[in-house]
Amino acid sequence: MILPLSAHRYGDHGIVLPPERQNRHDAAPITSEVRLGLYHTMQEMRQFEKRAYDLFMRQLVKGTSHLSLGMEAIAAGFGAAMRTDDYTFATYRGHAHTLARGVPMTPVLAELLGRANGLMGGKGGSMHLTSVQHGMMGSYAIVGAHLTIANGAAWSAQYRGTRQVAVCFFGDGTTNIGAFHEALNYAAVYRLPTVFVCENNLYMEYTSIADITAVARPGADRAPAYGLQPQVIDGNDADECYLTATAALDRARRGDGPSLIEAVTYRHGGHSRADPGKYRPEAEVEAWTAYDPITVYRSRLERLGIDLALLDAIDKQVAEAVDLATQEAVAGDLPSPQSAMSNVWADGGSSWRN
Amino acid sequence: MAELTYREAVARGIAQEMARDDRVVLIGEDIAGAGGVFKTTVGLLESFGPKRVIDTPIAEQAILGAAMGAAMTGLRPIAEIMFSDFFAVCWDLVANEMAKTRYMTNGQVTLPLVVKTGNGGGLRFGAQHSQSVENWAMAVPGVKVVTPSTPKDVVGLMAAAVRSDDPVLFFEHKGLYATKGELPDGEIVDSLGTAAIRRTGADATILALGLMVPRALEAAEQLTARGIDAEVIDVRSLVPLDTATILGSVSRTGRLFTVEENPRLLGWGAEIVSIVAEECFWDLDGPIHRITTPHIPLPSADSLEDLVIPSSDAVATTVEKAMQS
Repeated sequence: MILPLSAHRYGDHGIVLPPERQNRHDAAPITSEVRLGLYHTMQEMRQFEKRAYDLFMRQLVKGTSHLSLGMEAIAAGFGAAMRTDDYTFATYRGHAHTLARGVPMTPVLAELLGRANGLMGGKGGSMHLTSVQHGMMGSYAIVGAHLTIANGAAWSAQYRGTRQVAVCFFGDGTTNIGAFHEALNYAAVYRLPTVFVCENNLYMEYTSIADITAVARPGADRAPAYGLQPQVIDGNDADECYLTATAALDRARRGDGPSLIEAVTYRHGGHSRADPGKYRPEAEVEAWTAYDPITVYRSRLERLGIDLALLDAIDKQVAEAVDLATQEAVAGDLPSPQSAMSNVWADGGSSWRN
Repeated sequence: MAELTYREAVARGIAQEMARDDRVVLIGEDIAGAGGVFKTTVGLLESFGPKRVIDTPIAEQAILGAAMGAAMTGLRPIAEIMFSDFFAVCWDLVANEMAKTRYMTNGQVTLPLVVKTGNGGGLRFGAQHSQSVENWAMAVPGVKVVTPSTPKDVVGLMAAAVRSDDPVLFFEHKGLYATKGELPDGEIVDSLGTAAIRRTGADATILALGLMVPRALEAAEQLTARGIDAEVIDVRSLVPLDTATILGSVSRTGRLFTVEENPRLLGWGAEIVSIVAEECFWDLDGPIHRITTPHIPLPSADSLEDLVIPSSDAVATTVEKAMQS
């Protein structure tokens, strides 16, 4: 049987609008504590990244960084569902995923500023945020590689019998690179406890994902090739992300193998600092900006009878925490010159000869 | 004492470490049921079971990623890349991930892993299955690089590699798999970063690696008859590099020759030559010579492959000519 090609044609991707707002998760069995936690985490991610952007404009953050403004619900939902000893593997767009594991804001911001009190002493930068003690096993900047590495952590957990799960986040663009396919097959063959989360923000860097992908759903449509269920979720609904994550994590912990989840979302800004994102139709940007995960969630909490004053208090508390983190990060020392030569090897040094 | 082939020594080295530490696991294409396409892992599946000795798909990125992720979370994996040429399809994992993650995370991540691979020419496999690619690895800060030339070194350096907390690329020479050597009974543990003087001599220092070591030794025997007493050093470890042994030898003999199977440009010998030129130039009695494969892909035909990879005759002739001039 010859299957029809995707309806998409190169250069003819049109406008992709967000889903209608819905209330089907209002009655979901999620405690108020978890929901307020999700709101808090998303606020932290949002305000943190806005501050990071301001500091870039003040030329305190150098190089590049990739913001996930508008995509917070995925990192927050999965983060809340994970066990403290589960593993996160993220991409260069990994600020939110790092904060989601409980990594404090000061060392993350200080890392962006290249300071000694940075999460990695200023040696990794925005694209490589890692905090092993929080289960944040790294942010990886070469597209595709970390899917295979997440499998390794999952294999190790399986071997050691710890029931830990590796959750691996990546973008829609990753679904077209070879390592994605190697990793999915590998995880399926050995029934590894890896949860693959494709954050489909509709654009592979500056190009519509639909224009350069053979199938309409870059993540989900590939799942059947590896014996996995196709799953597409609303990546701007923190409850939907949380519920999906819980099910996938349970499945992995039971020994039933990996999952591949495509969470559809949208980034408010461009791909990176250098990109104003002008290639996106105005109507599309407007619609998705209105379908903001924090706005969506705040309305739900309001419908559920949460006192808005409580949410305002969270916003204020986060704002104060971001201010404090900014002060501490800006006040951080520059890394010591000696640190450039440290930690190439496990003995702490960098010597390659005697 | 027991006589073992180089290929049997690979399995013995791995078995020694797997028996000692259940965190040591082995993955690769055809390494379990088939015992490896070069038969370097025969018997390991039977000894250690399918949980620790695992056949993988042809998916080199998936293999190295699995090794890395496992190493960062408590295991000490050994992964096989069947032919070292295949590093080209998974070099991201080596050069960008394994080599840099410890540094980028400022020491948070430790990667105790070994990647073993069949390296080198002489088997008429043509340009894509015969390369010596240690130079690629040596150029990347953050990975250790060893190449044993004897069965005993295979066991000892494998043990050292497995016990190292850094990623080690372990280059087995395919042309040496059938060679034999005496091994002592019991545990053998060597150390990374050490060269071995295989033959002492007063007139010239010849450095060699892998298959070039026995050829350099043969050349040294030929040179004896021509009145030249050559010292032969098996470099063994490119990273870390035992410059002390090398500089000490060159200071004594006053002449340096490198024998490199790798293509000419930016070979390991070039790096050593630059160190010697900087640090013991005044001990030299004559020009340094690098004897390498020309800067070409390797041909398949036996007559052509034999022509371009340094032979013992070519080494002896080059050294003799240089010493007479």
